[in-house]
Amino acid sequence: MKPFLRLEEIKEKPPDLVGGKAFSLSRLHQNDIRVPKTFCIPCHVYDAYLAETRIRQRLLFEMNRKAFDKMRWEEIWDVSLRIRNLFLTTPLPQGIREPLAQEITTHCNGFPVAIRSSAPGEDDAKTSFAGVHESYLNIRGTDTILKHVKLVWASLYSDAALLYRKELGLDIHMSSMAVIIQELIASERSGVFFGVDPSDSNQSVVESVYGLNQGLVDGDIDPDRWMLDRLSGRIISHSEPERNRMATPDSQGVSIQSLPESFSLKPPLNEKQIRQVWETGKKAEALFERPQDMEWTFTRTGLVVLQSRPVTSSGFKDRDDKRAWYLSLHRSYENLNALHLKIENVLIPKMIFQAEEMGQSPCKEMTTRQLVQTIKTRQEIYDDWVRIYWADFIPFAHGIRLFGQIYNDTVKPEDPYEFMQLLERTNLKSIERNRILEKLADMARQDPGLKKSLKSGQEPGPNHDFMALLEDFVRKFGDLVCQTGNASECHHGNTAVIRLVLELAQRPPRLPLQKPATAMDALRENYLAGFPPKKQTFAKGVLHLARASYRLRDDDNIHLGRIEARLFEAVREGQDRLTDPAQSPRDLALLTSLPALSQTPEGDLVPEKKEPPGDVSPLWIKTRQILGHPAGPGIAKGPARIILTQGDLLYFKHGEILVCQGVDPNMTFVVPLAAAVVEERGGMLIHGAIIAREYGLPCVTGASQITQRIRTGDLLTVDGYLGIVTCDTGSPDP
Amino acid sequence: METQREKALIQVRALFDTESLSVLSTQKSGQPYASLVAFAGTPDLGQIIFLTPSTTRKYDNLTACPRVAMLINNSRNTAGDIYDAISVTATGTAVTAQGHEKESLLPIYLKRHPHLKEFAASPTTALVCVAVDTYIMVSRFQNVIEIRMRP
Repeated sequence: MKPFLRLEEIKEKPPDLVGGKAFSLSRLHQNDIRVPKTFCIPCHVYDAYLAETRIRQRLLFEMNRKAFDKMRWEEIWDVSLRIRNLFLTTPLPQGIREPLAQEITTHCNGFPVAIRSSAPGEDDAKTSFAGVHESYLNIRGTDTILKHVKLVWASLYSDAALLYRKELGLDIHMSSMAVIIQELIASERSGVFFGVDPSDSNQSVVESVYGLNQGLVDGDIDPDRWMLDRLSGRIISHSEPERNRMATPDSQGVSIQSLPESFSLKPPLNEKQIRQVWETGKKAEALFERPQDMEWTFTRTGLVVLQSRPVTSSGFKDRDDKRAWYLSLHRSYENLNALHLKIENVLIPKMIFQAEEMGQSPCKEMTTRQLVQTIKTRQEIYDDWVRIYWADFIPFAHGIRLFGQIYNDTVKPEDPYEFMQLLERTNLKSIERNRILEKLADMARQDPGLKKSLKSGQEPGPNHDFMALLEDFVRKFGDLVCQTGNASECHHGNTAVIRLVLELAQRPPRLPLQKPATAMDALRENYLAGFPPKKQTFAKGVLHLARASYRLRDDDNIHLGRIEARLFEAVREGQDRLTDPAQSPRDLALLTSLPALSQTPEGDLVPEKKEPPGDVSPLWIKTRQILGHPAGPGIAKGPARIILTQGDLLYFKHGEILVCQGVDPNMTFVVPLAAAVVEERGGMLIHGAIIAREYGLPCVTGASQITQRIRTGDLLTVDGYLGIVTCDTGSPDP
Repeated sequence: METQREKALIQVRALFDTESLSVLSTQKSGQPYASLVAFAGTPDLGQIIFLTPSTTRKYDNLTACPRVAMLINNSRNTAGDIYDAISVTATGTAVTAQGHEKESLLPIYLKRHPHLKEFAASPTTALVCVAVDTYIMVSRFQNVIEIRMRP
């Protein structure tokens, strides 16, 4: 069977060989609706690539290392990244490459193309998952086109496809992907047409932007929108956006540019053109017997349809389904740059200011009425910041992912996480905090008298250097166990910090790993060398953005922790007053009117242990080994310390292995004591993995239910190369 | 609600119901030896039984050193085995069943392997019973749990 079909040849093939998109374009062409010069690489080429390279076995391994229903979105993204890199680094076998390259050189020489997915069943009539698979615009040259064909194949396993694997019927053995190669039409105006408005069945919708469609489809550029009467095509309404940007072809790919002033004042389409879009849409509807969702563009000689599929209910719109939200975290470079400016210049300074402002009002000096109001206000401030955290800070973390994808596309490294090395040493706040702790520990180490008095619970006088530094530390970072825990853990004062400092002083100092700058420089140079001179600014910009994203991913939690600590501080004061017999009934009523104080405080100094009871039965079951994901290379052995509450951190001892459900940056002050880090939560970009890499510690993430399966004190071996945690269960023989 | 131990033993039982053969590891004078045997588990999974001619190397070995390990595995020699297959290693002590013990164990064995009835009847065939100390179950490539079967 031919590996490269012309439009005229597609019509002879069933849709399950060429995919729905190619089949539709072929039918439009047969019925005199203008489409671009289009070719199709049918599914059997994908199947042959998988068979000949034996990638299928590796896909099976990647997709089944852990059950999908036990994976968080970040872990699914990681799986997708590894699969994408697998396609990128696995060359096309000569027998597949040569005939394809020959056809592409013959037919696509001298003009840029769009490369689109055409998976069988991708746009079936019941549910549309448009955007699950990738399209690439403005690709030139045979080698680059072939590389992007592989990327489209890889997008069969995009994070979106993996999230919706059940709905899509994704099956490594059965699923396949055809690819469309289409001449790129670099026109001045493009858009989409919905034969029926999903919210009003009497209307059709035309959306249009200047330039290419990509800005509209990605949501980066607001379109002009016309609502039309579905039967007559009469314009019912027109909503105009602020027109200031357009997507245009770059040397390779697409970039967003400022819109020339002459365009910004008038809509991209006139009435005649809107009519033409509607008429073409109606013709396609008659052809496919369903209202169409159609992408189109205008050339100087008329309307060209780029792709057409039935209007369906989107598979992404279930209100209780968080997957659509996960996918909304995918942000464009432009969007992330704007977000970066907002976070760095507005939000973080405001957070710091508010935390410091709250710190200037000592709760102990307030009347009960003032305290109650303070708790309310601080709760509101904290809740606002939590909302901002989810709306802005979490999406900004996608900067790391965007860079990872661009790095891998450019460098094609064997290790899909090589890019992470370029993100390290970004002066994380948590590292700065740990450096001060090390400095305090060093003071205790050097001064046996100081160490002795601290051990006996005596703090030196306020003029002592140790106390000055300690005060500075508490001012900057607060009471360590007062953050992200609960108010009942907020009463340790300096005790918690001093206890930690004494533990740190027991062992030689440990500072973050200092990788030679030359190694990072070489990686950076190699990355930048993959871009043409015109794209250097973009390449550097993405790296800069990713480093900011990496740093802020950690720092924003530290700042949020400070706000939360101020809330807990006030709540703790309220709890103390509740047990104060001198409080009047009126004040007590005021205090208990607050939800945070309506329950009896848990005032135990030592938080209750919630670890699973050990299996004392002689007929026991023990976990010997748990497979997670390798997230920090190295191997370490030591007793486990299970962290279930913030208070558990106080008991952390040098050489123990930190085992927890998830590490918050406000918990990572114990990491310099740890021999290794193990997290139940999975993903390469989670906080535990970030801090472990900074200290060069072995780290395993995604170790399912490990806090339930092992106990504090169990002897663990953490293999950060393979992602395996082994528990010493003794000899199986008695 | 089933405990983790009960769930694990259900998996072991299901594996024993589908698999007929086990790799038996024996040793003598420091030399390990592996052989294939048709096995059956007792309903409580406390014992694994198999038949062997008393003239074989495995029988000679386990007479000399009764500590044995047995591996039961459901891989199908496909790429999916690495995550799909379950392997169970049983460690324990082997004895030759005789008298009442043999009378009670042989029907369990022959129910699982009825075609070995004549083989079982031979005076040179021994019914070996392994009292299991521990099951070590490996699933999804590298997840390992250990289930203690004897106090």
